[in-house]
Amino acid sequence: MAEKVAPPSPREITTKPRVSDRVFRGTVTGVGMLSLLILTLIGLFLALRGFQTFKSEGISFLTGYKWESVTSDSGKVTNVFGVGAMLIGTVLIALVALFVGVPLSVLCALFLTFYVPDRLKKLLVSVVDLMAAFPSILYGLWGYFVLMPMAEYWAKLLYKYLRWIPIFDAPQPFFERSPFIAGLVLAIMIIPIVTSVSREIFAQTPLDRIQAAYALGATRWAMIKTVVLPFGSSGVVGGAMLGLGRAFGETVAVFSVLNVVFKANFHILYGAGGNVASMIILKWGEAVGDETKALLAAGFVLFVLTLLINMAANSIVKRTLKSGK
Amino acid sequence: MTLSAAQVAPQKPWQSSPKEMAPTFLLLLASLAASVAVVAITPMKGKLAYAFLFFIFGTASLSIRKWRIRGRAAAADAIVSSIALTGATLVFTPVISILATTISHGVKGLHWSLFTQTMFSASYQDPISAGGLLHALVGTLYLILISMILSVPMGILTALYLTEIKGPGANFIQFIVQAMSGVPSVVAGLFIFASIIVTTPIKASAIAGAFALSILMIPTVTRTAQEVLLLVPNDLREAGQALGATQWKTVATIVVPAARNGLITATILGVARIAGETAPLLFTIGGSDKLNWNPFKDYQGALPFYVWKGLLMGTPESIQRAWTGILILLILVLLLFVAARTLGGRRMKSK
Repeated sequence: MAEKVAPPSPREITTKPRVSDRVFRGTVTGVGMLSLLILTLIGLFLALRGFQTFKSEGISFLTGYKWESVTSDSGKVTNVFGVGAMLIGTVLIALVALFVGVPLSVLCALFLTFYVPDRLKKLLVSVVDLMAAFPSILYGLWGYFVLMPMAEYWAKLLYKYLRWIPIFDAPQPFFERSPFIAGLVLAIMIIPIVTSVSREIFAQTPLDRIQAAYALGATRWAMIKTVVLPFGSSGVVGGAMLGLGRAFGETVAVFSVLNVVFKANFHILYGAGGNVASMIILKWGEAVGDETKALLAAGFVLFVLTLLINMAANSIVKRTLKSGK
Repeated sequence: MTLSAAQVAPQKPWQSSPKEMAPTFLLLLASLAASVAVVAITPMKGKLAYAFLFFIFGTASLSIRKWRIRGRAAAADAIVSSIALTGATLVFTPVISILATTISHGVKGLHWSLFTQTMFSASYQDPISAGGLLHALVGTLYLILISMILSVPMGILTALYLTEIKGPGANFIQFIVQAMSGVPSVVAGLFIFASIIVTTPIKASAIAGAFALSILMIPTVTRTAQEVLLLVPNDLREAGQALGATQWKTVATIVVPAARNGLITATILGVARIAGETAPLLFTIGGSDKLNWNPFKDYQGALPFYVWKGLLMGTPESIQRAWTGILILLILVLLLFVAARTLGGRRMKSK
């Protein structure tokens, strides 16, 4: 004898989120978009404040070598602003940094990934991360008081034996505070980032390929040459570009060890160089009115430059990391 | 029949025995002797010559030995091994040198009144026993606190957007966050100057400095927090949803608590990133030598700024101040770093 049970009333099934969820999703999405807003605002404000300089100087702001703001006796201000020499110097120093820093980083990453026992590896990886956490003014201080005397001696050696190569020549044997020394300090500063990116990529090398190489009788180097490097090389390029972006924007450390001179100098050993970021803090102290605007314009140039390099670098690294999965 | 424990004692046949290590050791010793001899008889001199010759002799002798035992490929392997070892040594030498010089120079200036006095009544050229860096410590503390208040919520929420919501813009925002982490510190300072100090009533002060530092801190917090949130197993999220929780409840009561240690690590790493930043402060805090308890008004000092002033002044006394200041800053960064590591390590173990 069955009792009649009323069938449960049909429930409405919906995928519409509740109010709490909508609030949550809305807030989080809004905050997520904030970083885009900040980045846009940085570009906008610097461009806006520097606009007057871009207009009055035109393309010579990028190509000119002179940076002068002269007030004549009658109170008339004549301005010539150009960051050309600084851009050349920035690139030159960054190239020295890459030339020294990237091979060392790659070797260090290979060493950490394939040569070191696990226990020591953890410690050394921490040390590399610690290098990244050192304040840049510490590098500046150390670079000035410890590295510079040594690097000056190395510069003398290079000058003595290799001056037939044009970049190692110098108009006068004056080697203090040169782009070479600034480049060395920067090289040490970019090593952590290039090393950790390279290490991450080397660690993604498909294990079956590594084991296949060993099974075929390869030595460690033969395995690295035939498996790891072909797989990781584009990622290393990406890591190097991240380092380049870092090198372009570094300020305090470079300023401490570089003699900023408004002249194009391609002799890396000679103690006269340029660097956009260092120039900005060099000139900031006494800058008023138009010069401040010109410095903001220089900041805009630096911002765009580093942004482009970083974006390219990140997409390269990302692509390589994906190809390993 | 089961194997007894004695039978399965692990062996590592690929490891070299002391007997095999002996020739390697002897060869290295011989190369050291050879480099000393060559330096003595040729005009080459200095530490550089020793290091260079030792590298050449060591590499050559070891690889020749390998060649004789195991052939050409093994010789190439030996050469690359010693190059990789040398490269790694060159990377780690500066770290040791930096730590050693900072400690040896810095401790000379340490004394108690550093932490109780300011530079208001003393000049940087005075001996270091006069004046102190209390004002800078207070300033750095304010900068860190305000930057944390500004960037930690934003960083973690952005990370939640990237891992939990995964909205249509997630890839793009990820890209933007990465681009933001490449913004040069000097540009962050210039931006705050151009946007806030010029146009709003907020003038150079701790809060303006903290705004600039937040631009650098947000990407660091976001990226670390994102990594940690990705480590939270998806099962937990699904379990929450299966119990009928809304997404908000799942995130707030399951995902975030599960990742708590990691999120603290993210915060600490963010603080370590900005604690020593100098360039943005040059435009935004004014660099006062006076104690200022109000973070919203008037010039503020900071530890990196103190070091910077000492370095620029260039007299022996002011440089001593710079070393001592940087030592205290370095200790702060090291403490943060170790804290982040221990927390991070504990998380890994509990998994």
